[in-house]
Amino acid sequence: MPENTAWILSVIAVCALCTLFERALPFLLFRGRQVPGPVDYLGRVLPMAIIATLIVYCLRGVDLYTAAGCAPQLIACAVTALLHLWRGSTLLSIAGGTLCCMLLTQFVF
Amino acid sequence: MKKAFRYSLRHSLPILISFIPVGIAYGILMQTAGLNWIWTGACSLFIFAGSLQFLAVSFFAGGVSLVTVAVMALLLNSRHIFYGIPFIEQWRRYGVWRLFLIFALPDEAFSLHCSNRFDEDDAEGKKWSFVFDALLILIYWVALSILGALVCSLIPFDTAGIDFALTALFIVILIEQLKAPGKSALPALIAAVSSGICLLCFGPSGFILPSLMITVLGLIVFRGPISRAEKEGGHA
Repeated sequence: MPENTAWILSVIAVCALCTLFERALPFLLFRGRQVPGPVDYLGRVLPMAIIATLIVYCLRGVDLYTAAGCAPQLIACAVTALLHLWRGSTLLSIAGGTLCCMLLTQFVF
Repeated sequence: MKKAFRYSLRHSLPILISFIPVGIAYGILMQTAGLNWIWTGACSLFIFAGSLQFLAVSFFAGGVSLVTVAVMALLLNSRHIFYGIPFIEQWRRYGVWRLFLIFALPDEAFSLHCSNRFDEDDAEGKKWSFVFDALLILIYWVALSILGALVCSLIPFDTAGIDFALTALFIVILIEQLKAPGKSALPALIAAVSSGICLLCFGPSGFILPSLMITVLGLIVFRGPISRAEKEGGHA
């Protein structure tokens, strides 16, 4: 048991409550009434936009100025996309892309 | 319900795989911060937000106020505000399970819910497919982070590069979304341009919020062309 248990519990509680609050916010704002047109529109187009943003977020650490800093990730991105366009199997695409990134990181660059 | 469970088992499998390296890394981090698997499990169960949990490890040492913790948590997870919007109408009929779905809505659950292709005509099965997806990844996340804490020192192989699994997952989901009928590619393009520019301007640690704001603005500005492209059922 760490000696600052009360503090750790408070941090966990605050983090959990803040996260829950943000996840519940759209449901609280639009409870029991029709979702306004613009919000409904955003709900339809946002998923794709957020996923695209998350891809950039995942790649935020790549260093475009050195080959070792970006090549494994960028090549693995292309491999994942091509595998998926070719076979359309989620598992194969993810496993192939990840393995490619690991091999390039550890043995090539 | 059985059909939904089988569907969810398969549907959530990529998340399980992407959680293996992240969960283990989280367990290691917590262990080195002096917090054992019970604390790791509690954080994974109650917070259930990967990036915030990693950030929270630095809070546990102290030196910050609870207000700072709250502001950082709200900012880091602000994208979660948007996650519920596509499901407000659909989940309205789900009763108490809606509360669980709202609680268990991290990035990975959101991406699963977006790619849920369970039979639209089977309303009850559809509900359970959402619930099982969320429940399964919650179980995976808690179990794997605990496992990581327990065996962190026993991993014999070099895991460098394995974190790409999450990137690969998002790429696959984006391709699936682009292939879906009646979808315009413009939202993805707007987000990519906006996040690329914001990454250059604000740096890796602070770009996501301004980028999301600009993206929402761009989506509103281009509502006409995007809606037209969706009606024509083609790619813009």
